[in-house]
Amino acid sequence: MSQMLKQTPSQTVGPYFAYAWTPELYGRRPLATNRLATRDMPGEHIRIEGVVYDGEGAPIRDCVVEIWQAGADGKHAPGAAGFGRCGTNDAGYYFFDTVKPGACDPGHAPHIAVTVFARGMLSHAFTRLHFSDEVAANAADPVLTTVPADRRDTLIARRAELPGGVVYRFDIRLQGAGETVFFDC
Amino acid sequence: MDTAVHEAEGDFSPRDWAQHPPYLSPLYKSTVLRSPRKPLIPMKQCLSVRSGPVFGHDSVDPLDNDLTKNGRVNGEPIGERMIVTGRVLDESGRPVPHTLLEIWQANACGRYVHRWDQHDAPLDPNFFGAGRCITDAEGRYRFTTIKPGAYPWGNHHNAWRPAHIHFSLFGPSFLTRLVTQMYFPGDPLLLLDPIYNGVPEGARELLISRFSIDVTEPVWALGYEFDIVLRGRQATPMEG
Repeated sequence: MSQMLKQTPSQTVGPYFAYAWTPELYGRRPLATNRLATRDMPGEHIRIEGVVYDGEGAPIRDCVVEIWQAGADGKHAPGAAGFGRCGTNDAGYYFFDTVKPGACDPGHAPHIAVTVFARGMLSHAFTRLHFSDEVAANAADPVLTTVPADRRDTLIARRAELPGGVVYRFDIRLQGAGETVFFDC
Repeated sequence: MDTAVHEAEGDFSPRDWAQHPPYLSPLYKSTVLRSPRKPLIPMKQCLSVRSGPVFGHDSVDPLDNDLTKNGRVNGEPIGERMIVTGRVLDESGRPVPHTLLEIWQANACGRYVHRWDQHDAPLDPNFFGAGRCITDAEGRYRFTTIKPGAYPWGNHHNAWRPAHIHFSLFGPSFLTRLVTQMYFPGDPLLLLDPIYNGVPEGARELLISRFSIDVTEPVWALGYEFDIVLRGRQATPMEG
C-alpha cells in the first residue's frame, strides 16, 4: 500500500456560495435542487421543511442543507430520489419535496442523511432525519438508540397532514437549547 | 443529478480531526454562535452514508471548467489568467475518478457576483466566478480562471481575506464530502486570516497551491497545482 496521505482540511462555504450552488436566481442551471421527487415517482410524496437556527435562536440565512436518501423501496438506485440541496432563505427556512424513503439497512428505521454547511462553520455538520410516524422502527434503530434519550427528539421530523400534502418539520439548531444531535461517522 | 449511485464497500476512515478545523474557532467570530457545542456522537457507517450521488459528464457543461469563458457578455474578463489543476486522491494515494468539483471565487478585484457582496470594488461583466469539473480516470481536474483578488470583511478591524478559491467535492460517498478553500503561495494575508488559521497548524499548508512553470502556458496563463485528499477506505482490499 502506498504511503498514507493526510486529509485536506475543511473550510467554511463562506457567505457567497449561492451563485454557484443554487444559481437559479442568477440565471444559471443548478446541478442539484430541493425537488427530488418526480411526479410519477413511487412512494409517499412528502415535503421536509424547517429552519436552521444559531445559538441565540436566530435563523441562519447563509446555510445550505444537503440530503441523501433511498427511494420508497429502501434502495439507492438510479431514478430514486437521491441527492438534494437547498439554501436557506432570509428566514432560515429550507424545504425538500421528495418521497418518504424505505429502510435501507436491515434493522434501521427509514431515515435521511443530512449535512449542514454555513458561513461560520469551518467544518460541515452531519446528522440524520427520522420520521415521527415510525415509532416502532425508531425505537429499535441502532443509531437512534445510541443517542441519549433526552436528545433523540432533535432527530425526529414531525409529521403533519396538511391540505397541501404531508409535511415533516425538521428544524436544525446548531447550538444551545435543543441543539441538534450531530454525528461523527 | 445523474442517476448512477456509488455503492461503496467497506467503511471509510474517520474524519481526521487533527486535519480539520474545530467547530468553535473564536477568532473567526461567526463560529461562536454557529458551532455545535455538544460532543459529536459516534455513528456506525451504514449503507445510507457509505453510498453517495454520482454526477456524470452530462451534468457539466463544456464551458463549466473555463471561468474565463463561462461568464462572457461582451469581452474578456479582466485580471491575471490562471490555470489550476491537480488530482483528487484518497488517503492511500489512489485517484478518485469521475467525481464532481465545484468552485466559486471573487473576481480579480476581490468582488463576488453574489447579490449580498457590497464591497466597493467593481464587478466584471464578463466574469461570473463559478465552475464545475469532473475528474478523469486518474482523478485529475483542470480549471482555467482569473486569479481572485483579496477583499475586506467584517470579522475584525482591517480584516482582509487572502485570495482564495472555494472548492466543493463529493468523492465516492456522502461521507467523503468536502468543502474547502485553496490559497496562493506567499500570500502575507494568510498569517492574519482566522479562517485559514482555524485549521490545525500542521495541516494548513495543504490548503496552499503550488506555482508550477510546467502547468503555466506560454504567453497565456500562469499555472497552479492543488491536490485534494478525501477520506479513504478503512479496510483496504488485498492489493499488490
